[in-house]
Amino acid sequence: MAEFLSLHDAVARFVENGATVAMEGFTHLIPFAAGHEIIRQQKRELTLIRMTPDLIYDQMIGMGCVKRLIFSWGGNPGVGSLHRLRDAVEHHHPVPLDIREHSHAAMACAYEAGAAGLPLAVLRGYVGSDLPKVNDQIKSITCPFTGEELAAIPSIRPDVAVIHAQKADRHGNVLIEGIIGVQKEAVLAATHSIVTVEEIVESLDTHPNACIIPGWAISAVVVAERGASPSYAHGYYPRDNGFYKTWDAIARNRESFAAWMNDHVMNARPEESTR
Amino acid sequence: MSQPLADITPSEMMTVTAARALGNGTTCFVGIGLPSEAANLARLTHAPEAVLIYESGTLQTRPDVLPLSIGDGELCETALTTVSVPEMFRYWLQGGHVDVGFLGTAQIDRYANLNTTLVGDYREPKVRLPGGGGAPEIATNSKEVFVMVKQSRRTFVKDVDFITTVGFGRDGTARDNMHPETARHMGRGPTRVITDLCVMRPDPVDHELVVTALHPGVTRDQVIDATGWDIRFADTLETTAIPTAEEIEVLRSLKVRTERHHAGDTV
Repeated sequence: MAEFLSLHDAVARFVENGATVAMEGFTHLIPFAAGHEIIRQQKRELTLIRMTPDLIYDQMIGMGCVKRLIFSWGGNPGVGSLHRLRDAVEHHHPVPLDIREHSHAAMACAYEAGAAGLPLAVLRGYVGSDLPKVNDQIKSITCPFTGEELAAIPSIRPDVAVIHAQKADRHGNVLIEGIIGVQKEAVLAATHSIVTVEEIVESLDTHPNACIIPGWAISAVVVAERGASPSYAHGYYPRDNGFYKTWDAIARNRESFAAWMNDHVMNARPEESTR
Repeated sequence: MSQPLADITPSEMMTVTAARALGNGTTCFVGIGLPSEAANLARLTHAPEAVLIYESGTLQTRPDVLPLSIGDGELCETALTTVSVPEMFRYWLQGGHVDVGFLGTAQIDRYANLNTTLVGDYREPKVRLPGGGGAPEIATNSKEVFVMVKQSRRTFVKDVDFITTVGFGRDGTARDNMHPETARHMGRGPTRVITDLCVMRPDPVDHELVVTALHPGVTRDQVIDATGWDIRFADTLETTAIPTAEEIEVLRSLKVRTERHHAGDTV
């Protein structure tokens, strides 16, 4: 059964130094508040997993929390590069970053395989791509029935999955609406999971096929109002596209990045840290 | 009625030409940026029944403004339905439901291989780019692929530094001699490359890109100057049809709507 914890306590309990952490959200419902709390608690040597690392991973990388990144598209969507990620890859600043790079299709399959308790994901993927030459985790497997060669990658089984959702009821059952990404798979694939939500409600009051994660499949539920901002929460607040554009200039150099992080994250209380 | 040529920008010429390539009723897996602009222009003009799907899981979406990101709320709110990302890639794309994969790129080479990973060496890159995202499998699991990109020597290189997404491979043969089961599921690959200067198609035999149409007013020399290899031209070189006044008007109002929408975002 999910425990209701404060953001501070959930991160302190479940995110250890050196842990493998998947903070998912496909543009939508990105767990910014939780990421900021991980930065404030100065977690180190994390292996971060995410299909689309965006600003929150840029911030965690720039603040020195991360030793390895497993991903399939690392950019500021519609804007350009993630400058802190680039600085880490191109100049090993602030610490060297080991990258393991995939395609979206492969990572989506790997989350699903993790949720299904399988050791590997199989897909018709990476045909003709150079990615298998630079990522030794991309291998091939022969279909025992047809002889076809298919791509195989290890399933994703993080120590902790962190996601944000619209709401939970008093039993910790969580409802996710809109672009649901791979959040359910990430939670079910992980050993522990933290779900931050906009609010706790009496009843989820929804339809029979809604995307719900039962409270008994979650470790901790945390109330974090506007916890996905500047990303968005469908039905609650829109994506702050203006901030995504502004981030480009903030993150472009080390000094303006450090100053912004100091003002908006390190010296902020959890409820103030997200925009 | 066609728009007076002097009034049309090269980038509008590219978008309208790319939009026209998308047939009505086509199911199109849309990349963000230029392909999204062209695919929505097609939907708002000659192809109202085009089915647009985005990798964020939005199926049959009809956005009123162009999304900034692949997962803007607009895409979900105007979609027939929204599925999980594993379902999108496994059932809808790998399952064979996509007619056209519509992609942009940072680099493209003479065999239409795409590079969105990096410039330079993988371990010590000169410029690190965002990476492959959905493109590697969109390009192999869609029945065909359209590529849309502004043409310059920096972008059109003889050999890409890194094949993120395969066109026809380093020697043009990457799609030949596959296991029959793979061949049955693999698409034809890139069938057109649409730029702000011209349209290229792969040679049917060796798969090298050949210019098949020049946009009105563009010379061969302009294309040669903007291409990093010895580019070939088709024997019968066509001239792209001039956009109609309606196409230009719909495109411009879409862009104005989009700009106004995103300018409303707080900074």
